[in-house]
Amino acid sequence: MQHRALPLRRNPECSPNLQENHGTRVLAALSGGVDSAVATALLVEAGYEVIAISMLLAGSTEGHVGSCCSIDDFQDARRVAEQLGIPYYVLNLKEAFQTRVIDVFTQEYQHGRTPNPCLLCNRDLKFDLLWQRARELDATYVATGHYARIGWDEATRTAHLLRGVDPYKDQSYFLFTLNQAQLKRTLFPVGHLTKEQVRTKAHALDLRVAEKPESQDICFVPDGNYARFLERRIASDRVISGEIVDQAGQVLGSHAGIHRFTIGQRRGLGLGGLTQPHYVTHIDPASGRVTVGTQEQLKRHGLRAKDVNWVSGDQPDSVQVAAKIRYRQDPIAATVSVTTSTTAEVWFQEASPAITPGQAVVFYDGDLVLGGGWIEGPLP
Amino acid sequence: MQQIYLDYNATTPIRPEVVEAMLPYFSGTFGNPSSVHWAGRQAKQALEMARDQVAELIGARSSEILFTSGGTESNNLALHGVLKPRRATPFRVVTTPIEHSSVLKTVKALGTDVTSVEMVTLAVNGQGRVSPSALEAALTPDTALVSIGLANHEIGTLQPIRELSPMIRERAIPFHVDAVQAAGKISVDVNQLGVDILSLSAHKIYGPKGIGALYVRQGTTLSAVFHGGPQERGKRPGTENVAAAVGFGCAAQLCAQDIESTHPCLIHLITRLWDGIQQHIPDVVRHTPTQACLPNTLNVGFAGASGEGLMMGLDLAGVAVSTGSACAAGSVEPSHVLLAVGCDEAGAKSAIRFSAGRETTEEDIEAVIRILPGIVERVRKAGRSG
Repeated sequence: MQHRALPLRRNPECSPNLQENHGTRVLAALSGGVDSAVATALLVEAGYEVIAISMLLAGSTEGHVGSCCSIDDFQDARRVAEQLGIPYYVLNLKEAFQTRVIDVFTQEYQHGRTPNPCLLCNRDLKFDLLWQRARELDATYVATGHYARIGWDEATRTAHLLRGVDPYKDQSYFLFTLNQAQLKRTLFPVGHLTKEQVRTKAHALDLRVAEKPESQDICFVPDGNYARFLERRIASDRVISGEIVDQAGQVLGSHAGIHRFTIGQRRGLGLGGLTQPHYVTHIDPASGRVTVGTQEQLKRHGLRAKDVNWVSGDQPDSVQVAAKIRYRQDPIAATVSVTTSTTAEVWFQEASPAITPGQAVVFYDGDLVLGGGWIEGPLP
Repeated sequence: MQQIYLDYNATTPIRPEVVEAMLPYFSGTFGNPSSVHWAGRQAKQALEMARDQVAELIGARSSEILFTSGGTESNNLALHGVLKPRRATPFRVVTTPIEHSSVLKTVKALGTDVTSVEMVTLAVNGQGRVSPSALEAALTPDTALVSIGLANHEIGTLQPIRELSPMIRERAIPFHVDAVQAAGKISVDVNQLGVDILSLSAHKIYGPKGIGALYVRQGTTLSAVFHGGPQERGKRPGTENVAAAVGFGCAAQLCAQDIESTHPCLIHLITRLWDGIQQHIPDVVRHTPTQACLPNTLNVGFAGASGEGLMMGLDLAGVAVSTGSACAAGSVEPSHVLLAVGCDEAGAKSAIRFSAGRETTEEDIEAVIRILPGIVERVRKAGRSG
């Protein structure tokens, strides 16, 4: 697919126009990591009046080390803000994070889906509650350290969401829910940089987090053991255990709960004596049945998507796109057919493995994010 | 940008006279008060003079004052020190739900260490006051300690300690009073109050941080919690912080002299602030009682606005106030005090505490009255459409 050239006028985050930015207040989300630290520093350099905010999301913050809400991260964020000479606050969003992210995360597994908490957190916290706080503080923009870009098309007066310049770090997948109103008040100051450039900038500014390692996994499950995390939250009598069956319905074994499985999963099935690798192809929450099959049997030609968002605000009838059905995946050529104002069918040019309900499908045209939706289920 | 400090209940600036008094005790008179030689004697003399001054502030004898590292340690020492010898048999501790966390969490921690601790938190009314009859009903023969704060840190309510103490003493139950917020703002006399143990902190009365005191009435049994040398009668071992003690003593003396004159000034400022708030901002609720409260404290709920947002908005305008209590990360948790006096969660999250002090001026108050309405309106609007 051709890279569409956009007449981009505004890229406010890297605007050198100090005069113009002076006195414009920005609420910058500062996590304690290097990306948001550099994002915040760039805004300060660009002349904005920046207020740094960390979000307290999970845990009691006591003895909670090595994940995004550890005391050490807040301490790092605070020190970066001090270094940049800007005010710093920690917002208590634990309650919202619990109900809108962790509870949903748990329920989704119980429905046989594989949720994406980062997407939920972006949609409901960073670009909703944080914006509410921005208005409380009279701020014009909310800024984050996401690797994505925002462009402005003066002719159509439309804001565009674009991939980050760094192909390995691009996080536009996690931002497909953004609408025009949100894009117009959002800044992604590191979207035009590579990770390496971000680290170089951090060193140049002597930021204490310059060499901080990447955060991995889901922030509230620091050890990556989802099954254990979920089992602490699901009452034992509500665990949905059942049979493992093959494509013909023949029972191959049993399992201790559907929350332990995701579509395309190969490990942890506990099946012996099979001639070729088997993957989870279907999870049925009603019967508790987990179906497995070969890689070929995992493939589907399309998917149904719900809560579909079109970033430009204009909904097409049908459009050729490059679709990503999970974050770490090369886009695949597909046709999106809009079925209702919030749903769509996505048909792939070639069958693709592991359509995972609960994850997002995001539609691209080159670097441009057209929109996306939540995967409801596969089409044959 | 102008800077206005209205958070004197959090801490106070050290008075210049206090700094002056402390300076000789860092390098000049540096001795260890336990040393027998001249250097030790000089330090010991300064320490004991400071003890006299602190004792005088609360009408105690010098021998009844132990220096600690501050209010939190004083409360911990009081509770652990009294209750430790009682651990053989089941006992009850009576307190209130609006105490400082250093009291509430200590009692709870005792409960997990020793299964036989029964923690009774007395109901308080809408103003945060304990009723004498409720206390009387809670005093069982196995009650080992009563711990009630004299002045509440968040809403400024004063407890009727004088009315409560006779029934406690009649039963020979030790009575601990946390006077950290009250001292220096109202007159505190241990004999008039009829208490056995009382906590103080220097930095709330224009003294240095890192030093406090525990008054222990002669004849009251208190065990040591830390073990070591003979300092502070063996109840609080460790080389004394002489310079800080000297600062505490000086601050105590100055407070005792000034209390009569500053009290009406503070009342005047707080009255003006409340009048201004009521006049310019709709839907406000006063959480601080109008009677029997600290002269410097005004806790106000701004319905429909987040206290967190208000506090940040005021901070960005140069005005320092507080809301709720800070957690380890530095974010704000809803106030357990406001929840206990009958606020719902939303009400508790919409409150701001203003606390004035010696250096608060009428201009400060007028500036806040000018700035606040716009901030409240903005925060309320953001909350409505969000």
